Amino acid sequence: MTSLPASPGAKKLGLVIDLDICVGCHACAVNCKEWNAGGHSAPLTDLDPYGKDVDGVWFNRVHSFEAGDHDCGRTVHFPRSCLHCETPDCVTVCPTGASYKRAEDGIVLVNPDTCIGCKLCSWACPYGAREFDETDGVMKKCTLCIDRIYNETMEEVDRVPACVSTCPVSARHFGDLGDPESDVSRLVAARQGYDLMPELGYKPVNKYLPPRMPKRQAAPALMPSEEVAAKGFLAWLDRMLSR
Amino acid sequence: MHPAVSIIFFTAASGTGYGLLALLAAGALAGHLAASPGFGLCAFGLGLGLVGAGLLSSLGHLGHPERAWRALTQWRSSWLSREGVAAIATFVPALVFAGYWVLGGSISAAAAVLTIVGAVVTTICTAMIYASLKPVHAWRNPWTVPIYLVLGFYAGALWLALLVFAFDLQMPGVSLLVAMLGLAGSALKRGYWAFLDRGRADSTPETATGLGTIGKVRMLDPPHTESNYLQKEMGFRVARKHSARLRLLVLVAGFGVPILLSLLANVSGTGPATFMSLLAAVLGSTGVVVERWLFFAEARHTVTLYYGASHA
Repeated sequence: MTSLPASPGAKKLGLVIDLDICVGCHACAVNCKEWNAGGHSAPLTDLDPYGKDVDGVWFNRVHSFEAGDHDCGRTVHFPRSCLHCETPDCVTVCPTGASYKRAEDGIVLVNPDTCIGCKLCSWACPYGAREFDETDGVMKKCTLCIDRIYNETMEEVDRVPACVSTCPVSARHFGDLGDPESDVSRLVAARQGYDLMPELGYKPVNKYLPPRMPKRQAAPALMPSEEVAAKGFLAWLDRMLSR
Repeated sequence: MHPAVSIIFFTAASGTGYGLLALLAAGALAGHLAASPGFGLCAFGLGLGLVGAGLLSSLGHLGHPERAWRALTQWRSSWLSREGVAAIATFVPALVFAGYWVLGGSISAAAAVLTIVGAVVTTICTAMIYASLKPVHAWRNPWTVPIYLVLGFYAGALWLALLVFAFDLQMPGVSLLVAMLGLAGSALKRGYWAFLDRGRADSTPETATGLGTIGKVRMLDPPHTESNYLQKEMGFRVARKHSARLRLLVLVAGFGVPILLSLLANVSGTGPATFMSLLAAVLGSTGVVVERWLFFAEARHTVTLYYGASHA
């Protein structure tokens, strides 16, 4: 049923991603691909993998951005994956019931046996979390490594999503964001973790921790702009002197 | 957004079909159309044919068309599911209405009313599939639903006018109906395009990354070197120059010329009137298809904010 759970459980499993620490090595994306190519949503099809027009399904993509200018500017590496939102439209738009949100832990999944591949869920996701598998004809997405986190054949320490287990700098944390006493919730509280595109109202469970700014720039030290929007006499003067 | 041919044809054809069916029902209820079997056969054949072809076309882009029946199950939450249910439900009164008309030579008022209701509800559901998508500013706005409705009725009226002239029926209001719907449609499109040019999505690269507190956000490196599904599906971009010309084409060839031809047809003999209304219907429907192409091609999705777009 693609209606959201009427009584969602208290548990909200998700990730906390520390943009201060991420070095943009793409190991999380690669290990995600490696695990999931044989996991719950396998295969994660690659089209023309050794040819000119490489394409394929990935659940995790690492973008790199520049934010701010001059002394205040930062390069920020930004891993992007499903945020397992509390009110995800990708679930409610699904016409078949293939897309669903689990009441017990909040994980958003796709049933590959009932998905008709209409792609509407990928349109409804503002974050680009869903990628269509041309070969299987169904939509695929991050499962929060549901086949690892509950996998009792693995050592307990390994029962975390593949992206978390592989991160060499511990920029990724996994836990219950519905429990205010959990390690991840404390981390979010301590570091002012935030939601992506909160204006759309999807209420993402995953949180991002902002880059720490260097102490000497505690106060915004943006260079004053040299462009002065002159008006009237000053504008005339500006034009005269500019000749 | 990627303008998929199957979806463009689906929304344009089924919208036209429902417009035609609803206008047939309204015309019959108002006493402007008599239940002549030959005309009925052509009109219902065209209307139901367009609806059916549109629905079949919409299956064309599915990864698993054989599972399409499942799309009828989630009408509680999904506008796509509601559209499917409404479309199939509308066939019932439409076929009864057509049966009475073509076989019995009479009008079933109840079936006519239900056909109008079904056609309007289905077209609204189609529009709501798009109007409900929060990540697409160009779709999630109050313009989408009225445009789908009015353009469906406009294109339906153009084909109704052709049939009325071809069968030499007396329905003096049909040209005026085309003109009024055409003027309403072009006014709505102009208003919509002004809205599109004026406004932008609330979401920005800053809110998408949450890095706005640091300053302006620019893409430095993409996550991959080749285009992925997201960029192909959601990142379709049409040059501004291109879209300006196509908008003009829609207004002139899709609305202006067909309206004039319809009005001219009203004061001409049967032969020229049929030819002019055929030309009007073909031009108007082409205009609706181009309009629908623009509806997709001009729409920007918030995911492009992660791939270097400065606004969505």
